Amino acid sequence: MTTTTLRPPARPAGRPPRDAHKADRIWKATPLTWVGLVFGVILSLFPFYWMIVIASRTNDAANSWPPPFLPGGKLGENIQRVLENGDANIVKGLMNSFLVSGTITVATVFFGSLAGFAFAKLRFRGKNAMLLIILASMMVPIQLGVLPLYILMAKLEWLNTMPSVTVPFLIGGFGIFMMRQYAEQAVPNELIEAARVDGCSTWRVYWHVVVPALRPAAAVLGLLTFMEQWNQFFWPFVVLADPANPTVQISLRSLNTAYFADNSQIFAGTLVATLPLFVVFVLFGRQIIGGIMEGAVKS
Amino acid sequence: MSLDLHTTAPPGGGGDPARPARATHRRPASFTKLDLKFSPYLYVLPFFVIFAVFSAYPIVYTVWIALTDRSPLNATISFVGLDNFVELLTDDPQFWNAVVNTFGIFLLSTVPQLMLALVLANALNRKLRAQTFFRMAIAMPIITSTAVVALIFSMIYAKEFGLANWLLDLVGMDPIDWRANRFASWFAISTMVDWRWVGYNALIYLAAMQSISKDMYEAAALDGASRRRQFWSITIPQLRPTIIFTLIVSTIGGLQLFTEPLMFTSGAGALSGGSEGQFQTITMYLLDVMNTRFRWGYAGAVALVLFLLIALVSLVNYLLARRISSDK
Repeated sequence: MTTTTLRPPARPAGRPPRDAHKADRIWKATPLTWVGLVFGVILSLFPFYWMIVIASRTNDAANSWPPPFLPGGKLGENIQRVLENGDANIVKGLMNSFLVSGTITVATVFFGSLAGFAFAKLRFRGKNAMLLIILASMMVPIQLGVLPLYILMAKLEWLNTMPSVTVPFLIGGFGIFMMRQYAEQAVPNELIEAARVDGCSTWRVYWHVVVPALRPAAAVLGLLTFMEQWNQFFWPFVVLADPANPTVQISLRSLNTAYFADNSQIFAGTLVATLPLFVVFVLFGRQIIGGIMEGAVKS
Repeated sequence: MSLDLHTTAPPGGGGDPARPARATHRRPASFTKLDLKFSPYLYVLPFFVIFAVFSAYPIVYTVWIALTDRSPLNATISFVGLDNFVELLTDDPQFWNAVVNTFGIFLLSTVPQLMLALVLANALNRKLRAQTFFRMAIAMPIITSTAVVALIFSMIYAKEFGLANWLLDLVGMDPIDWRANRFASWFAISTMVDWRWVGYNALIYLAAMQSISKDMYEAAALDGASRRRQFWSITIPQLRPTIIFTLIVSTIGGLQLFTEPLMFTSGAGALSGGSEGQFQTITMYLLDVMNTRFRWGYAGAVALVLFLLIALVSLVNYLLARRISSDK
């Protein structure tokens, strides 16, 4: 953002040469740019608006011709209906999703920063081979091992319970790589050496030197992890077949399989399921976007 | 740290080798040695434990299962060699149907997705007011889950009372049964994927564009290169690594496509992807074989072939993208 507005300070005062003007003009937004952007924004935001429109109408009004385009007054009623829906168990689903996503987020930030620190700043044999394994693990889709993983969960008697969707995801390659990248530049080697000279053990170096320096990146990793886990669908669909103990996404699936499609109730459900992440996005959107863009430049 | 200062032995006392392991500042040499040697392994251990149990072991086991006729319905398991693979590749039209669907939807979604993302990023890379607003608005779809996206768009593409058909009606076209027609269902599912991912990819491209030196553009502009020319001759080649990265990520995600086509139909038989399997993807077929036909050995073969396809297409993408941008 700053780079587009920054100008070289050395430009001589007074009238700039004609050619410089020409070069500068390429960064101006043309009317076409604006039209394109506004169009993009409308397309991005319209489904959110429409979610509210349908969620706030009676099911009859939701299924009418022409389709409704303005919100109605039934939002509270529809939300209440979906929360009380005995097939979807969405309240239970929300609580489970908070539990699962929260646990994985804490674990990912902790284990990711520990391992990231080790890979960025410590010396040990086999480091590069290990990094390669971690990188490779990120390329392997869960589908490849889905069947044995399912059998394993059955043996552990974890089917239809939250450990089955939590434990396998406690730490992934992405968290380690992100923390390693950040630790490499954010933690000065001199600081670590100074702490060592003072007699700090490796753990104390991590806790007192590395953790404070990693805090901004850890926050972004936490946000991205929470969002990703909250939205997880494929694996929960496989192991959480019992609708009595779902995550929130599986609750939505139950709503969708109901014999009678009650759209205003389904949309109230999508609203409830998205609301926590909406709050997160409103509060921390800048950090999330920063995280996505930073990750892009480095990878 | 400050706590240390109080527990540190007074000067002169801490170095006494007769009183080891008390003050934190002077540890016995053996502890320090152990610490330096083993701490790194301890710190990376959690990943490798989780990886070994929940990734590596299942993958190896998949290879084994694929060579058997294992099923929860069979009392015994027999080794069948490559039979599953032979059947899959030569005698399973439904699998090939799923492959065609997956690739069709993948192409139909990925190509416009990345092109639109490039255009959006290029627009965002101009001098603009309200940069933050535009970025937030365009990134917002990523907060929705694939399940939510599928539900919203399922209603947009409803046969009756759907928004898409209403738009068609406005311009005087006949309504489309979006689920019955193969190409229409692919199109509908592709728009779901694209709605969620265009903004995300645009941000990634924008980040890469901002790291391109402005001098290059100024020099090109002085030489009289048009904007369009600059875009194709500077921006695109400079973005090559990023484009390859997004292509590979989209490939891995696109070929695993599952939630959107699953939730496109309501009802219990959704794994079959439409009345004639017109939008059943490979992952849906995998679960179909595993959970409704209980042919576990065969499902193992499906999973392995899916993985090989992903690896192969990623490689082709990589080579293609490298070739195309180095030609310019």
